[in-house]
Amino acid sequence: MVKENSGNNGQEEKQFSRRDFLKTTGVAAGGIAGGALLGGFTGFQFGSDQESDSAETGTGGETAGGEGGSEAPEYAARTYFSRQEDFAALAAAAERIYPEDDNGPGAIELGVPYFIDKQCYGTWGSNGTDYRMGPFQPMASDTHGRQEKLNRGEMFLLGIRRMREYAVEEHDAEFVDLEGDVQDEVLKAFEAGEVEVAGMRSEAFFSLLRNTTIEGVYSDPVYGGNKNMEGWKMIQYPGPRMGWMDQITSEEFVEMEPESLRAYQGGGM
Amino acid sequence: MVERLDKVEAVVVGMGWAGGIVAAELAKAGKDVVGLEKGNHATRSDYIGVKDELRFDNRFEIMQPLKGDTVTSRNEIDETALPVRTMADNQLGTDLGGASVHWAGASYRYWPYEFEIRSQTIDRYGEDKIPEDMNLQDWGITYEELEPYYEKWEDTAGISGEQDPLAPERNKPWPNPPLNETPSLKLFKDATANLGLHPFQIAAGNMSQNYENPDGEKLNACMYCSFCTRAGCDFDAKSDPLATVIPTAMRHDNFELRTRANVRRVLYDEENNEAIGVMYVDETTGEEFEQPADVVVLAAFAFTNNRLLMLSNIGEQYDPETREGLIGRNFNGQHNSAFHGVRGFFENEKFNLYMGAGALGAAVNDYAADNFDHSDLDFIGGGAIELRQYGFAAISSSNNHTREVSNWGADYKAESLKYAYSALQIWYTSIAMSYWHNYLDLDPTYKDEYGDPLLRVTYKFGSNERPIAQFGVDRCHEIMEEMGADIIEDDEIAEEFNHVFSGGHYTGGVVMGDDPETSAVNNYLQMWDVDNLFVVGGSAFPQFGGHHPTPTIGALAYRAAEGVIRFLDEDGGQLATAKSKTMRA
Repeated sequence: MVKENSGNNGQEEKQFSRRDFLKTTGVAAGGIAGGALLGGFTGFQFGSDQESDSAETGTGGETAGGEGGSEAPEYAARTYFSRQEDFAALAAAAERIYPEDDNGPGAIELGVPYFIDKQCYGTWGSNGTDYRMGPFQPMASDTHGRQEKLNRGEMFLLGIRRMREYAVEEHDAEFVDLEGDVQDEVLKAFEAGEVEVAGMRSEAFFSLLRNTTIEGVYSDPVYGGNKNMEGWKMIQYPGPRMGWMDQITSEEFVEMEPESLRAYQGGGM
Repeated sequence: MVERLDKVEAVVVGMGWAGGIVAAELAKAGKDVVGLEKGNHATRSDYIGVKDELRFDNRFEIMQPLKGDTVTSRNEIDETALPVRTMADNQLGTDLGGASVHWAGASYRYWPYEFEIRSQTIDRYGEDKIPEDMNLQDWGITYEELEPYYEKWEDTAGISGEQDPLAPERNKPWPNPPLNETPSLKLFKDATANLGLHPFQIAAGNMSQNYENPDGEKLNACMYCSFCTRAGCDFDAKSDPLATVIPTAMRHDNFELRTRANVRRVLYDEENNEAIGVMYVDETTGEEFEQPADVVVLAAFAFTNNRLLMLSNIGEQYDPETREGLIGRNFNGQHNSAFHGVRGFFENEKFNLYMGAGALGAAVNDYAADNFDHSDLDFIGGGAIELRQYGFAAISSSNNHTREVSNWGADYKAESLKYAYSALQIWYTSIAMSYWHNYLDLDPTYKDEYGDPLLRVTYKFGSNERPIAQFGVDRCHEIMEEMGADIIEDDEIAEEFNHVFSGGHYTGGVVMGDDPETSAVNNYLQMWDVDNLFVVGGSAFPQFGGHHPTPTIGALAYRAAEGVIRFLDEDGGQLATAKSKTMRA
């Protein structure tokens, strides 16, 4: 993945951008999904104007701290989602949950797809701390929390594949090729529990997708999202600190440059 | 092969507030005592440098993994219960210090009325005021009797507070002055005062200054870092057992702590009604041990206390069909009917809501207990109305948007960024009652990792829950209006219990009282049927009070510790005299 950065028109674009995303997923390089996917991305919510906006945001990110990994090389890669077309659909869906706008970057630029990939790969993705003994009755109740036999990683994979299939069924196109508002229609159908998905309720998949996307936007950059702490900058969250004994009674809102967990721990070793 | 260990005077199961207090008091009294903790030997160092919302608030780092053991849950007695599978739906404390390590610190005493709720409700409103479905009971102890134990716990824990103008006058001030007042707290206090209510700063298990407790344990002034609830304190600034009773116990050679010791049975001599000790598994090696003791103290979370009695065939299991039996009866707690209120959105105010402390907050108790006339109300009891400034990190703050937008998409993003620090929540900590149809027993289907049945919760709202919740929402709405919010959203009252056990306020099942027909333990939390078995903790609450439970659990643990010491010193026997009036609904 490091090599791919060097091919970026000679630009030192250190922030994770949509362009990097297209490269790392292999879409821009003419991967197996070919031009349809590429067309889908370029025709979808980012015009070239917004792309130059991101470049500007990226410059701001570089000067603002350097604790969140903005100067680190980009190592993000998929270790859970095998099929790049699934990952591209996941990314497109996450971007609809948390879109790029005037406030700042969206899910893709913040690294959220890779955050989700890492989460799926780990203990949480395999429900390692959950009760997993049967009998399983995934559809028996809508008020008993998660009852699926599938683990979270499997729910993501099968849910995304069903979402892609549903897009073709209903709109005759791959999810990533749909206009943003049509993608929203697909997501809303899942959200409303209207789509049949084997082993789970469609709203269970949607809430997993929604919540994990937001976690990727706002959790510490160490987990792979919230790239350069841009999520925290947008929401003016300063990150972990020893405390705010001196500011706690302040009448004014206290704005600070964010610091990451790595900075808080002192890094090193 | 089970290895039988040497007998000790007392074995204490669970090392949270309840078990930690009993262990420390027994250790100080020179008793030979072993403390068994299922989780790991956590230390302060486990909480330093790890302030991380995702890990603690969203992945529940210091909660009990449910892989091997959870509860099953249902609403109706003829339903099939399903297991509560994820930690998002079932947050139980684990490791040394238990749930008390991740508690926020809200430290209210219960009210004189609440300890005698049945008698006083009948005195004031007549017997008809008590609904048919409710097992409303006195606690078998009065506020006046419990007060010295409250004081002892507050001194040990170093609670920071001020006199609540409506509460009984304290014998002496709280051990520490209240925490700092922030603009959001001041707004709440001014508004409630304008409405003729009586605001005060919530008593907090967060140190307002450096403090040394009566046992010589030193705590530090809180830094308002916001990593309190669901996290462990990195600074010995929270009233938790790791900062107080556990080091006190550990200072004594006659106390031995064993962690990763998962107790699976109380060893019980049925013929002599005597506990012999406990059987536990060493979760590191898988070896089984028997620890004999003169006195067995169960001091785990209410779920575990109940389940251990059931698995060990001690006492009679409650049966809702016959309404006979005491173990599992009067299961209660603050389920999803409590903590309802309103959310206010402010166009021109921005508060430093990312800063805070677990129990930093203001409250009024004008609608607590029987502080207001219930003659024309369709419920009993009350609660505090609170505003809390816990300190919220980014994922949490991103939920601050109105219902006008969904929780995703461009509008969501714009609105949640706008209101991240401009939304305040207030809520009603309403009382929660016990009913004949709510109880605990063993699940017929689902098993733990050793093949033992899981605990089954049968719980649905009774006649009190929805009316009191709606009353709270209405009062909160009035206060939020006075606070000047531009948009006010009322919480919707749930139709039914939703099988989410996220608040930790689940109690009862082995309840205390002065009548063995309606209580399993006396007011020393000693079992009526088994003299040398004490069941300590929230499991003893006949119904929930209108506030957070910890101080009452702490006070009762001090009372129980005194009982255990007396039992050992005076060669056994019942410490309390049963009264034979039967109060079953």
